[in-house]
Amino acid sequence: MGSSLNANHLVYLLHGAVWTIGLSLIAFIGGGAVGFLVALSRISPLRALRLASGAYVQVIQGTPLLVLMFLLYFGLPTIGIKISPLLAAGVSLTIYVAAYIGEIWRGCIESVPKQQWEAAETLALTRTQRMFKVVLPQAIQIATPPTVGYMVQVIKATSLASVVGFVELARSGQIINNSIFEPFIVYLIIAVLYFLMCYPLSRLSRRLERRAGARGQEEFSFSS
Amino acid sequence: MVKLDFGVILQRWPLFLDGVLLTIELSVIATALGFVVGTLSAIGRRSGIGWLSRLCGAYVELIRNTPLLVQVFLVYFGFSSIGMSLSAFTVALVALTINVGAYTTEIMRAGFDSIHRGQIEAAECLGLTRRQVYWHVVLLPAMERVYPALTSQFVALMLATSICSQISAEELTAVANHVQSDTFRPFETFILVGALYIGLSLLMRLSFWGLGNLIFPRRRRLGTPL
Repeated sequence: MGSSLNANHLVYLLHGAVWTIGLSLIAFIGGGAVGFLVALSRISPLRALRLASGAYVQVIQGTPLLVLMFLLYFGLPTIGIKISPLLAAGVSLTIYVAAYIGEIWRGCIESVPKQQWEAAETLALTRTQRMFKVVLPQAIQIATPPTVGYMVQVIKATSLASVVGFVELARSGQIINNSIFEPFIVYLIIAVLYFLMCYPLSRLSRRLERRAGARGQEEFSFSS
Repeated sequence: MVKLDFGVILQRWPLFLDGVLLTIELSVIATALGFVVGTLSAIGRRSGIGWLSRLCGAYVELIRNTPLLVQVFLVYFGFSSIGMSLSAFTVALVALTINVGAYTTEIMRAGFDSIHRGQIEAAECLGLTRRQVYWHVVLLPAMERVYPALTSQFVALMLATSICSQISAEELTAVANHVQSDTFRPFETFILVGALYIGLSLLMRLSFWGLGNLIFPRRRRLGTPL
């Protein structure tokens, strides 16, 4: 038998939690950047771009993240591309997050009233100007609550990076468990740590949603 | 240039077939059980009974704010720590049901909330019994309204069954891991498995669409999702 659970183990778990946050940020920033391009491509006037981005979303939303991670981590080296666990996890999370967040943002952009586009057009703004000066600033307001909500999904998704050996929270728990063998208590602590990271974001998202809803109603009553 | 060779992989099709069948089995049973759990929990959440409502709320928050991977391990080691040794399949089923039940609770709650009070009053005026009111005016229309969201959630659950490979439930992803370590062809294996999952999720969407037309004839008549 190894030693029992002590403060050093907790420090190690917290260290893992820091990496979970780091990986979440990488996934969110990378996924957000690619996802933004996906959202724009999905509503592009170019048919080829629309089809390609639509296919991308369908393919990624139809495969489990776990398979994507295995494909990159175990698959790429056999065709001659070396890849580290961090890179494999970061790239697969980016690809995965982009497909989902792109669709969320597309919905937000499309929910900006059509009259806004038309009004901008009569002001002789170019398509780029219409998008960036008129539509996007309004879409960002609509997009904030669901985006914050989706960050919870991103944090949870990073737990899958443990299967390719990246030492984040779930993986550091497995490592500790291998030495002290008290799986239930270790996983309970891990669950608590994940909850502490996710729950504030869930709350924030719901509050933003309520506020946005109230604002929407105000505008509605004003115009009617 | 690297040459892809699917031959060795495709030779092992019986293994993949077994994996696909187990994935389908896991998803179908967990979806059915999770739907029942979620609906009951949504009813409990809106029951107006303080402790029950809080309990269902806590269940939803705890599950939705922790990763499925950790939940699967907790159930797995939880059962073994109280001396019960269950098969990996059963553990996977329990964990998936608990997980999807929480998401279903929120979806069904939104469905129940969308039923206008006047509808229930109207049904009461028509002399429907309490049970008839609940079934025809509350439950089915609520389900009908959130049906697309339920479909997406259940497809997501099917994809999430891949996580059960981590406790060696022999579903599709676990099979893929065996095959790739036997053949040393991980790239081809995971491309094939990815394609199989895409096929499965399309199949699932199609079945839910058919099922929806069966359960909600009104929707088929109107031709629009309400």
